[in-house]
Amino acid sequence: MPHWLQLMLDSLGPLLWAAAVFTTPLTLLSFAFGLGVGLVVALIRLFGPKPLVAVVRFYVWIFRGTPLLVQLFLIFYGLPSAGILLDAFTAALIGFTLNVGAYTSEIIRAAIGSVARGQWEAAYSIGMSWSQAMRRTILPQAGRVAVPPLSNTFISLVKDTSLAAAITVPEMFQAAQRIVAVTYEPLILYVEAAILYLAMSSVLSALQTRLEVRLDRYGGFLEARS
Amino acid sequence: MIELTDIEKRFGENHVLKGVGVTIAEGSVTALVGPSGGGKSTLLRCINLLEIPTSGTVRIGDEALTFKPGVKVATKDIQRVRRQTGMVFQSFQLFPHRTAIENVMEGLTTVLKWPAERAKKRAMELLEKVGMEHKADAWPATLSGGQQQRVAIARALAPSPKVLLCDEPTSALDPELAQEVVDVLGQLAGEGTTMVMATHDLRLASKIAREVVFLDAGVVVETGPAGELFGNPKRERTKRFIATLRQEANESP
Repeated sequence: MPHWLQLMLDSLGPLLWAAAVFTTPLTLLSFAFGLGVGLVVALIRLFGPKPLVAVVRFYVWIFRGTPLLVQLFLIFYGLPSAGILLDAFTAALIGFTLNVGAYTSEIIRAAIGSVARGQWEAAYSIGMSWSQAMRRTILPQAGRVAVPPLSNTFISLVKDTSLAAAITVPEMFQAAQRIVAVTYEPLILYVEAAILYLAMSSVLSALQTRLEVRLDRYGGFLEARS
Repeated sequence: MIELTDIEKRFGENHVLKGVGVTIAEGSVTALVGPSGGGKSTLLRCINLLEIPTSGTVRIGDEALTFKPGVKVATKDIQRVRRQTGMVFQSFQLFPHRTAIENVMEGLTTVLKWPAERAKKRAMELLEKVGMEHKADAWPATLSGGQQQRVAIARALAPSPKVLLCDEPTSALDPELAQEVVDVLGQLAGEGTTMVMATHDLRLASKIAREVVFLDAGVVVETGPAGELFGNPKRERTKRFIATLRQEANESP
């Protein structure tokens, strides 16, 4: 067996373990929480009172306008100076959640806005309240619109979790770095890490396609067809 | 009985309804006709409060609500009046992510909290009434315009409203498809369904409506039994309008 292949196989265990224990939970949790933050922020921006709208606009402005790496450093290395001490995983989770929340809020806001006004009226006309109309009529249709851009965010997030290595989270990329430190084989190890990230993204892309097919079972949008 | 008293509606500077009063008897079919921008659609939407009147009183049966400029009416009260009504829209507005029968069931299960089985039975009866039972499980996107509108009529009727409001129910349809909708509405009228429709479809208005209200520039110009108003209008403005409607009807293929 060639040396490079042997090395890749030997390091596959530690890399997959780091992916399973840190990269995957970090991705899934921060996406789930970020989606929740994004939904709340989107609803506030669309329907909330003015002062609250100003607050969430400020939040989106900050988190979209500054580098993710800087945000992570501020939370993990900066906040202790203000008396807030977080372990690395929690700091990363908070950073990614807030970052994802800022981006997804814009996606969700646009998706809700894309549902025809007549759908609100139809829901109201059969007696629904605002929240019933939102839950039963608007969000399911907005969800379909939001799937492709949300998938983009999700796939970016998987790759961005590698930044957590910089704040000492032992996720997959840091595992690769550690092996490089003892083997001095950066090319082989980083190619292997890249392949593993590519594999994870590919799985997500495939899931996105399946989800879209499922959501399209009703024949897509009446408006777009007529 | 439906009673609209002194209904005013302003959109900013735009004065759309200028003190309109209309009374609609139970079991009657009333057509709101008039030129575009005359206020017929807005008046119709004031009945189920999709538009909130700037001032005036809306009464449906025992439920009444009075509006005054600058006074906000509670959402609960609006819903109470709105739930006395059903509405059919020009562009159908079926829920695209629900099948035909799910569209009809939606108001029963979500709003009235009926158990699914009971709602399904009622929805099926209504789909039979509009001749759509064979498409109960179809997605709206696979139905023709006329079929979609018939499902929309069943959806509007599901919670047994006191009045069915139709906003240009045939305008988005070609004549052939419009006919199936006219037939269904005619059948409902024959069964004593109270209906108010905003329309410029002369066929729909003259065939089904018993009463006609002619609106222009935000006021009621003339009102009377359909035969009389279409056959022998008194006001000059009404005569001119009906002449143009006739012309349009003859010119269309």
